[in-house]
Order: sequence, then structure tokens, then C-alpha cells
Amino acid sequence: MRIDKDLVAASATPLVLGILSEGESYGYAIGKRVAELSGGRMEWTDGMLYPLLHRLERLGHVEASWGRSETGRRRKHYAITDTGRQALAERQRQWQVVADTLDNVWRSFGTPPVAEGLA
Amino acid sequence: MSVDLEAQIDQWRGFVARRPAMTTDDIVEMEDHLRNQIADLAAGGLAEDEAFLVAVKRMGNLDDVSREFAREHSERLWRQLVLIPEPGTGVVGSRWRDLGLVIGVALLAGIALKILVESLDEFALIRNVAFVLVPAVAGWLAYKRRVSWRVAAVLTAVAAALVLVVNLYPFEMVPLPGGGEDPGMTAVLVVIHTPVVLWMLTAVAYAGGDWRSHGRRMDFVRFTGELAMYLALIQAGAGVLIGLSVGVWNLAGFDLEPYLENWILPFGIPGAIMVAAWLVEVKMNVVENIAPVLTKVFTPLALVMLVAMFAVMVLGDSFDAVDRNLLILMDAVLILVVALLLYSISAHNPMEPAGVFDWLQLGLVVAALAVDAIALSAMLTRIAEFGWTANKTAALGLNLILLAHLAWTGWLTLGFVRRTGTFHDVERWQTRYLPVYGLWAAVVVVAFPLIFSFA
Repeated sequence: MRIDKDLVAASATPLVLGILSEGESYGYAIGKRVAELSGGRMEWTDGMLYPLLHRLERLGHVEASWGRSETGRRRKHYAITDTGRQALAERQRQWQVVADTLDNVWRSFGTPPVAEGLA
Repeated sequence: MSVDLEAQIDQWRGFVARRPAMTTDDIVEMEDHLRNQIADLAAGGLAEDEAFLVAVKRMGNLDDVSREFAREHSERLWRQLVLIPEPGTGVVGSRWRDLGLVIGVALLAGIALKILVESLDEFALIRNVAFVLVPAVAGWLAYKRRVSWRVAAVLTAVAAALVLVVNLYPFEMVPLPGGGEDPGMTAVLVVIHTPVVLWMLTAVAYAGGDWRSHGRRMDFVRFTGELAMYLALIQAGAGVLIGLSVGVWNLAGFDLEPYLENWILPFGIPGAIMVAAWLVEVKMNVVENIAPVLTKVFTPLALVMLVAMFAVMVLGDSFDAVDRNLLILMDAVLILVVALLLYSISAHNPMEPAGVFDWLQLGLVVAALAVDAIALSAMLTRIAEFGWTANKTAALGLNLILLAHLAWTGWLTLGFVRRTGTFHDVERWQTRYLPVYGLWAAVVVVAFPLIFSFA
């Protein structure tokens, strides 16, 4: 499903941080995990993931290190930091409020909640 | 993976690498992504070339992605000169050695200058300063270019001969009405022209002895222009530091001036020159040359200036007060025009066809020649009336040399813009003609005092 780019931009940071809080990862694997978690319904422009990761790195939310892939190519790994965890917790609270509010709107609206899977 | 796919990925990498905001590391990272994506898609049943296309598509529009990179790393859009590279790149050691050598040479030159300042009177100091500063650069270049001993010996011998000429000629001094004395005409001419001769010797060192090579000569022209630019910038920066220091020292009740004259300048000037020379060598192909950029800005302005000058000279009084100052001014104007031409030629792509700018340059040459023609005709009658002095002869000689340079450059440029000649001809003429300036300066230094009996 095509998702509005503002929504993607807003949700990308908590998504990436959340995935990294499961453990260290690298670009492609993060993208793949997003697809898994959304049941394949969230489609990203893959290239946009990297500027985002670099921004998180600059903000100190993640730490990067160079390693090797199974085939021996250089690969950049990312791990979440403590400030990253704090930022994630803060984002999570904000999103919770947004989600709850939206939920109430949908209900007063008289339509079923958006995501059938989550209901 | 197949050869075909590798070629496609190579092509993609080249495409990405052209974006200034993306570094090699970014490309490695994204290529890893691309390869993973292709492998997964191929495992899912797609043919390799199809998988490649899908993977590239999913990567997104490169313009958008690179804009996003640029937003995150705006500093990357500015090319930075890495003076001391990061460890692990292999050039660190040699770069530090280079810098150490430069500082060493600068210190030696500073000590030599300090000794001269302490031991010589003012005029002797002015005569000899160039023999400290220029050989420092020349010696360093000779070492860097691994100049042969024979070339080095010849250069040293010529410089030594010049030292003897400048210091042993019995120059006449002009007594001042209020006591003291000033150097005479030929002495001043020698002081002005010695650095030019020494700079020509430096060119030989710069070319590694291969002074006949036109390519090396043009490189030396570029080196000289960039050196001048960097020196001007360093001078401006140093001026700020000194100005601030003077202010604070004064408020604290101290006088900076004695230190400035006795220590800061004798060590600062050679230091500035050596560091500027080093910077130009290091930055050579990393940062755009400044001199040609300035040329582009100033060529149209200079053209306007010359046209206005022409009008003023035609409309003005018939040069009643014409004196050698007019000739010297004209020399300065022509030197400016030659420099503008030389530096835009030095940056001109030889393959590029003639454009608007070449016409502009042609206009510049024609205007300069017209202005100079008026000045010269006025001057020649005056000289015929009042006879030849060393100053007038030197100024006129230089004027004629510049005139010949410009006239022929104009002719060749005309051929180039009308497509009957090539840019190569224009460029060759510059490099071929350059030694004339050095030879003329040598004549002024060595022969003029003899001809004009040291007046």
C-alpha cells in the first residue's frame, strides 16, 4: 500500500529505533524488518533509509561501526544508544497519544478502526 | 553473480558516485543494500536483470535520495582541502614530512633574514631581501622536483653572480636636502628587477630543470598566480592578527612595533611565502584555482576601465604634464591586461571552441593597445626632447615588450575566434614569450647600471 510520505517521514524514526532496540542491524535488514512488521504493507523508498540513519547517527541516537557481510563486503552496522532509547520512549508516548486520539475519531466517525489486524 | 550483473552494478555505482553529497562509504552502504535486494529477489524467482531493475527502482529516485543526503551532510557540497589526512590512508607520514620540511626551510630563511636585518643598512637590506625569500622557495621546489645537480649548480651560480652584481656595483646615491641619501635611478631599477630574474630561475627549479617544456611553463604560471592569491589571503589574515595585537598591547601599555620589525616580520614573511607555496602544491588538483575565477570577474570590468581611460585620454588636455609616471602607469595597465589574459588562458580548456569570453578578451587587448598607443605617442615626443634616462628607458622597454606580447596575442585570438587558428597557438605564444620578461629584467639588472653609469 502506498503511504503518504509525511506519514512515512514521521513514523520512520521510531520504527528504525524500535527495530534497532531489538539488536544491532544494518540497512537492508532494517528495511526487511519493516516489511515483515507491516506484513508487507509499508513500502519505503529504500534509498531514503540511509540519510535517516546518518541523521540518527549525528544526533547520537545510534552508533555506527563497519563490519563485514557473509560475502566479505564492507557493511555498516548500527546499534541504538542510551539517548536513542530515551528518544524512542519519548516518541512511543507521543505516538500512543496520536493513535488513541485517532482511534476515538474513527469510533465517533462510525467507521471501523483502520487496521483490521490490530483491532 | 553474473558478469553482466556486475557490469550493471558498476554502472549504477558510477552514476551514484557523481553526486557530490555522497561519499564512497555511502555508496558502499547502498551497494550492499542493492546486492542483498537483488539476491533476495532472485531467490524469489526473478531473473537477475529483472531483480536488478526492481532493486534499483526500490532504491528510489537518485536525485531525491542525494538531495536528502545533501540536507543531512551539507558540508559535503563544499570541497574541503584535507591538509593532514586521516590516519590509515597511507599519506599521513609523507604529508607531515612535507610540512616539516616547509617549516624548516621557512625557519632557515627567517634566520637568514634576521641576520640581514641586524647587519645591513636599509638600502642594502632592500637590495638583498629577494636573495633570501626567492631562493627559499626555489630551493624547496628544486628538492621536491629532484632537480639534477648540474641544474642546481647552474641556478646557484647565476643567483650568486646576481648577488655580486647587486652588491658590488658602485651605485650613486642621491643626497637628500634634509640630510641622508636616497638610492639613485639605476639602483631602484635593480631592486625592482632582481626578483623577476630570480623568479625565472625559480621557474627552472619548478620545472625540474625541464624549462623548455611549454606545459611546465604554464604550470609555473598557474603556480605563481595561486601563490599570489594565497599570499594575499595570508597577508590579510596576518594583518587582522597584528592589528588586534597592537590594539590590546597598546591598552596594556606595551609597544608591539619593535617586536614587529625585529622578529615578527623577518620570520613571518618567509613563513607566509613558504606556507603559501606548500598550500598551492598540496591543493593543486583538489581545489579550484582562484586566479582564473577572478580573471573571469575582472575581464569585463577591465574592459570598461580601458574604454573609459581611452575616452579620458582623447578628451583630456594634451598631456602637458606628461612625465615618466604616465609610462609607468601604462606599464601597470598592460601588466594587468597580460595577467588577465594569461590566467584565463591557463584555465581554458584547449578543446573548447571560441565563445563570448574570447571575444571579450580580444576587446580587452584591442582597448589596451589603443590606450597604450596614445600614451606612447605622447611619451616618445617627450623623450626625444629631454633625452634618455635609465627610468624612461626601462619603462619604455617594458612597454614595448608588453606591447609585442599583447599585439601578437590579439592577432592569434582573432584567428581563434574566427576559427582560422587554434587555441593551442594562443597558449603556445604565451609560454614561448614568457622568458623575454626574465631576460629583459636581467638586462636591466646587469647592463643598465653600466650603461647609465650607476646614476
